[in-house]
Amino acid sequence: MISFEMSAEIRQQREYAEKVSREQIRPYARHYDEHEHEVPWDFARFIWDEARHKLGCLLPGSMDFEEPFMTQVHTLEALAWGDEGLYMCLPWPALGGTAVLATGTEEQIERFLERFHGPEITWASMALTEAHCGSDSSAIRTRAVLDGDSWVLDGEKLFVSTARASMIDSGGIMIVWATIDPAAGRKGMRLFVVEAGNPGLKIARQENKLGLRASDTAVVVLDNCRVPFENMLSNTGDPQKAKSFKGAMATFDSARPMAAASGVGIARAALEYVKEQLAGNGIAIGYDRPRNQLSAIERDIVDMEAQLDAAWLLVLKASWLIDRKKPNTAESSMSKLKAGDVVTRITQKCVELMGNLGYSRRLLLEKWMRDGKVIDLFEGTGQINRLIVARRILGYTGKDLK
Amino acid sequence: MFSFEPTDEQKLIVDEARKLAEREFRSRMRPSDERGEPAPEWILEGWKLGLLPASIPEAYGGFGGPSALTWVLADEELAWGDLSAALVLAAPNLVAFPVLMCGTEEQKREILPAFCGDAYVAGSAALMEPRFDFDPNRLQASARPSGGDYLLSGTKCNVPLAPEADWMLVWAACEGRTQGFLVPKGTPGLLVKERERNMGMHAFPMFTVSFEQCRIPAARRLGGTQGCDFQRVLNASKTGLSAMALGVARAAYEYAREYAKERVAFGEAIARRQSIAFMLAEMATDLEAARLMVWRAAWKLERGEDATRDAYLAANFTGDMAVTVADRAVQILGGYGFTREFPVELWLRNARGFAVMEGITIV
Repeated sequence: MISFEMSAEIRQQREYAEKVSREQIRPYARHYDEHEHEVPWDFARFIWDEARHKLGCLLPGSMDFEEPFMTQVHTLEALAWGDEGLYMCLPWPALGGTAVLATGTEEQIERFLERFHGPEITWASMALTEAHCGSDSSAIRTRAVLDGDSWVLDGEKLFVSTARASMIDSGGIMIVWATIDPAAGRKGMRLFVVEAGNPGLKIARQENKLGLRASDTAVVVLDNCRVPFENMLSNTGDPQKAKSFKGAMATFDSARPMAAASGVGIARAALEYVKEQLAGNGIAIGYDRPRNQLSAIERDIVDMEAQLDAAWLLVLKASWLIDRKKPNTAESSMSKLKAGDVVTRITQKCVELMGNLGYSRRLLLEKWMRDGKVIDLFEGTGQINRLIVARRILGYTGKDLK
Repeated sequence: MFSFEPTDEQKLIVDEARKLAEREFRSRMRPSDERGEPAPEWILEGWKLGLLPASIPEAYGGFGGPSALTWVLADEELAWGDLSAALVLAAPNLVAFPVLMCGTEEQKREILPAFCGDAYVAGSAALMEPRFDFDPNRLQASARPSGGDYLLSGTKCNVPLAPEADWMLVWAACEGRTQGFLVPKGTPGLLVKERERNMGMHAFPMFTVSFEQCRIPAARRLGGTQGCDFQRVLNASKTGLSAMALGVARAAYEYAREYAKERVAFGEAIARRQSIAFMLAEMATDLEAARLMVWRAAWKLERGEDATRDAYLAANFTGDMAVTVADRAVQILGGYGFTREFPVELWLRNARGFAVMEGITIV
């Protein structure tokens, strides 16, 4: 039975997330945008000590909701509405934790994620991209060589979100993608967990960015970085058989609707703001007039609303599949590519509609436009996601359609 | 809880509708379009699906109840076969559904059983008016009270199946709002004029109709003295039209996708080029998003909630999406897409109608 009914559970989580967003995130959005690389400790402390105990999806493995992933995207959309930059600074297991949960052994899950239940604020990060390869993740060069009972990691990683937060500001973990056999392509790829304090891991540089300035994005250098044999994810004794790559790729299928949901949150923030301004000036948008009789601005608003809903509904569809453990690769990519397009277009249009005020740093519109662009770039660019969707609908492999 | 899975019963109906659409609609799409007439099999075979009687309660001659969700699911399949065919088959809904939604008990008893028989009975609705600033909430056609009756006057266009319809639901401005009037065939003052000549929907006969001092008893005002909630009817109409837009767009998308896999250029299938593959990915994505918007509007309609916003946005989105998808299908076929040897030009012509038509189908 087709249903768009939001359960009481999701509604309750969502309402609390909206409150957090309104009171604890939005008011600080501008400050952290203008103080790049400053750690938002107050925000992190509030989330760690208070909010995450009410927002189940921010705790590892505690999502005993009826619709866990659906609840999560509803929560994340509401938090990103407050600010995407601070959203990226949430102290929670995030994508790294998802990878550990999806591919780790029970012992690994316990060893790496237990810290997220403790009193100390902890971040997780994931290091995949390298300078010469972004979307082409199977071409990574970071090496993992077995030396006695430890792995030695060597290489350089780029665009590692919350790298500093996880490795320096807290006793967190970083999931590092490396190859045990460069000639084997993706078959040689494995995931390793590096814990904070490892002397072989250095934060070489923090990027200065267009948006998401609250969030640290770093270049990470692994120089003779030694981790125990047991730190290869899903390794139950024979590293050759560890299926961490496939498992980790599957986590991307869930990372994409999450990224898309946050993009919808940014776009909604911009569109809501512009609608409020228009309404305050006597331009209310109804749903009762033929489209060919709307003014240009009314039509822009209606089109943006429709596009925003389209993106959000694709997020919901992908989330529903994820909760039912059904194949969702195409749907997840659809939600991501649509949200990337939509948030880019909406935030750019909203800046334009508000004229010079939209361009001013007095308002947040220009910031949302800068932040929103990332949605079409990370977790697979819009082009990569088109490629994934195209392969699925055409029944093509990566070889058939490059 | 959220769910994007139709019921087992709906899946069966979708399956039956798809088979019919392929066997009877698609196979006759081109000749009917060229001839400008529906194929007789469309209603002979289509009526056997029993979709409308299944939407009407037993008390009024049917064997079920209305479901906007079931109808949007079926409409997508039927319009996938052929839009004109789907519109012809669903034309009785134009009268039956508004009566079911907001008719008086007498109106339901008088009119609905006729649409539950073994044979198809045509119905029609007159909403559109021939002017560029047509607005369903500001009609020029009027219904004035006159000695206990109403006098209908004005000109309507794109009135489906006007000469043959047993009942026509005529929409007119009445006491400042849009109200419906149930007009039986042969009523004096109802004048069927010329057949419309549109860019598409060729095999769906629509007519200009004028009303000259057409006298309608007060009991034939839809909903009786209180009238009807026109917005609700309009929402159901937008949702139905949007569902058919999905079918047209999907037909074009699927055809272009299969063509791109077969057509070889520079030594390989053109689908293996990103310029084509990315277009198809975007078509598939917007088609899926549009479907979810239509489902959401139908879900609200079915629950009796106010679907105004959802139906309006769904109609906006699907109207655009259908044109874009059909246009890209033509583009993928290149010069062949421009010829009438291939179906995609027909879908492009049909798709353009969704954003400009109103009130020619309803769920």
